[in-house]
Amino acid sequence: MQTAEIFAAIKTKFPDAIVEENTTNRDPYLKLKPEAILLVCRFLRTDPRLLMDYLACLSGCDYGTSHPLAVVYHVESIRFKHTVVLRVDLPRDHPVIESVTLLWRGANWHEREAFDLYGIEFSGHPNLKRILCAEDWVGFPLRKDYQYPTEYHGIPCPLTVHTLPDKDKQRH
Amino acid sequence: MNPERPILPNDIPNFNDDPLTRENVFIAKLDDLIAWTRRSSVWPMTFGLACCAIEMMATSVAKYDIDRFGSGPFRATPRQADLMIVAGTVSHKMAPRVKRLYDQMPEPKYVIAMGACVCKGGPYSKFGYHVVQGVDLVVPVDVYVPGCPPRPEALLEGLFRIMEKIKLERITDRTRERTRPLIQNPKVGEVA
Ligand code: SF4
Repeated sequence: MQTAEIFAAIKTKFPDAIVEENTTNRDPYLKLKPEAILLVCRFLRTDPRLLMDYLACLSGCDYGTSHPLAVVYHVESIRFKHTVVLRVDLPRDHPVIESVTLLWRGANWHEREAFDLYGIEFSGHPNLKRILCAEDWVGFPLRKDYQYPTEYHGIPCPLTVHTLPDKDKQRH
Repeated sequence: MNPERPILPNDIPNFNDDPLTRENVFIAKLDDLIAWTRRSSVWPMTFGLACCAIEMMATSVAKYDIDRFGSGPFRATPRQADLMIVAGTVSHKMAPRVKRLYDQMPEPKYVIAMGACVCKGGPYSKFGYHVVQGVDLVVPVDVYVPGCPPRPEALLEGLFRIMEKIKLERITDRTRERTRPLIQNPKVGEVA
């Protein structure tokens, strides 16, 4: 199926779920309402014309402090070799969305990564804890408004080391 | 021998007269001998953290063959290792583990900081929120080998510097007075 046909299939099935359709991008995407994501994904996964059985990538995104956070899903069908891109915008202060781990097991670590680095919560995730940073890390490092820590367990952090006065840089 | 006659130098038996001893006895200072044996078998710990480890592996296989200098046996336990080659990016999550492994090594122990990351943060300098800006904030470093990654020759050169340090050491000097690393990371408390 071509991307336009997949978009049309989603639109006829869920006319209320779509916020925006972008076809001018090199990677055309559908922007959905957050509450619709699980139903749309289940449709993509199970519909006999689509059979999207492979979640290639799930990424958190931050387009700047004046924009909402986003989650972008790249979903593929191994059988039919077609792809679709979905995007969901979430409020910065409390980003919560339903987990898709029940549909694609591979989403597990992707969602943990988005939680770790952007603080996006995935409700219904079986094991939502930090995956890359240490468990007691403070803040979500890839957010644009991230506050750099000054030290972690007694070790000075980068900005502290590089903004020290010159005489302290000797570290003696 | 006539007891009346004074002892002359020629009366003392000369080692060189005996062919067996001439060929088999060497005289050396004990310090030099021990330093020679120790620096000929500096065993590193198997310890690769990122891309620099690939270059460390290249150093240990046939083409560069670190085994020529007695450092072939990469030990899988810190308790049998003399040298820690910190090869690769040290993240804040890894730093306590590095410190713990260092503490588990028996004295005397040596550390090579291999690569720009380990020396001063490298490509993750300043905005690499997760990278320790130089492993000398965590453990004392004897030799820095900069480069991203350093070539195997550079790592071998670093090993020779360690050997030169061992050469200077005396068995009576338990605190490694002459060869102790300058930076002793006073800022790091209990990270483990
Ligand atoms: S110094 Fe370069 S090659 Fe070595 S670990 Fe860092 S990024 Fe990788």
